[in-house]
Amino acid sequence: MSDTESSLPLDGWHRRLGARMVPFAGYAMPIQYEGILAEHRWTRESAGLFDVSHMGQLLIAGGGTEKALEALLPADLAMLREGRPKYSLLLTEHGGIVDDLMVTRRGDHFYMVVNGATKHDDIAHLESKLPRGVVVDHMKEQALLALQGPKAADALARLVPEVAELTFMTGGPFAVAGIKAWISRSGYTGEDGFEISVPANAVEALATLLLDQPEVKPIGLGARDSLRLEAGLPLYGHDLDTTTTPVEADLVFALSRRRRETGGFPGWQRISRELAQGPIRKRVGLAVEGRQPVREGAMVVDAEGSEIGKVTSGGFSPSLEAPIAMAYVPLAYAVHGTQVSLAQRGRIFTGRVVPLPFVPHRYHRKGAGT
Amino acid sequence: MTVYYTKEHEWVRVDGDTATVGITDFAQGQLGDVVFVEVPEAGRQVSQSGEAAVVESVKAASDVYAPVGGEVIEGNQALVDDPSLVNSDPEGEGWFFKLRLSDTEQINDLMSAEQYRAFCDSQ
Repeated sequence: MSDTESSLPLDGWHRRLGARMVPFAGYAMPIQYEGILAEHRWTRESAGLFDVSHMGQLLIAGGGTEKALEALLPADLAMLREGRPKYSLLLTEHGGIVDDLMVTRRGDHFYMVVNGATKHDDIAHLESKLPRGVVVDHMKEQALLALQGPKAADALARLVPEVAELTFMTGGPFAVAGIKAWISRSGYTGEDGFEISVPANAVEALATLLLDQPEVKPIGLGARDSLRLEAGLPLYGHDLDTTTTPVEADLVFALSRRRRETGGFPGWQRISRELAQGPIRKRVGLAVEGRQPVREGAMVVDAEGSEIGKVTSGGFSPSLEAPIAMAYVPLAYAVHGTQVSLAQRGRIFTGRVVPLPFVPHRYHRKGAGT
Repeated sequence: MTVYYTKEHEWVRVDGDTATVGITDFAQGQLGDVVFVEVPEAGRQVSQSGEAAVVESVKAASDVYAPVGGEVIEGNQALVDDPSLVNSDPEGEGWFFKLRLSDTEQINDLMSAEQYRAFCDSQ
């Protein structure tokens, strides 16, 4: 391990389980245990345990926090009910995306989960924009686990029966074997599942307890990426960055109706123009012909070979057993069924614009039964 | 019949003037689950250290170089049809291609099994 990598609370636990550790977001992290394909399939069929303690957990508090955050995010926080995670975005003055995140009202404060690779920049961004009375606490003493898959609820409810009451995008405080935990029914795989925030000094006990459940296996970053790609979920720094807007990125659902209409957040001018007139380009899903993956960095080209767009994520879909990708293409091409040419290492591949997600989401929504 | 190795983690089994080429168990372990393989067609001339095949895992794409130059006799179609053979049997069923050596002297540039083991240990 190099000097520049920090270790996460579960470092030794991952290594004992035989994980291959790689540098990611400044930490040594498990990329795989038994293998990406097997871990991917296990998560789709049973339940996978992910250590996502690299992510930034922030607590934002102080007088006027709600209004102060609304000045930075396009979410309707005034309407946001207690314990309901909301997907939102930090934006630049030009409507570019600084980060994507989850924000939850918890009593007198807001709990925010941001990307690991961007958390220090996010904190600096928040601190420079928020008024003096609003304080950002980086909860370095908290670890974060995700339990994802169709059997995640069976496994977790054996330890905390009350979580069965949670529906998709709701959360609350629970105790797991005496460990204080904040649990929400949410995740980044397209499956039903939970995200569990616990004190770092208790995370190994909880991870071990979860792994003792027969449905659960540990899953590395490799499968996390292939799962989120199949679920059509963008990854910051790849599919989203400061040059992409929420409208281009097809994240209009993150722009709450009141905020869309009345603005008051960074980049609103450009965003409202794009909402009215359409963006120049749009993030789409591509089904790629053949078996060879087309990856991030491949060009989308027109008949003359000129670059008209870019692949921002791509790989082999274990569920579909075929290559899939996400790309930005001109708006005229962003129609389902459109064929596009992709250039990678001097070769042309054919892609077809398909609806996202590639693999249907299976969230546990309210009223959907069990 | 002797097996030689390269620093790019290929193996070459030499039998007279015929060589069979694949990637080593170490290489497949580093790559992880292989999902795509492209092998050269019979008749193609490949030069020593030139690109000869492609192997892609879930994580990444890699080129396979020709450890020795010559004319390709056969690409392994079974491997194209089932790329996971690279993971399950890298130094057997998972071979990539066979070629007729253009210059048997090139074998002298390769490592023995013992040298290759020492090389992997130092990685």
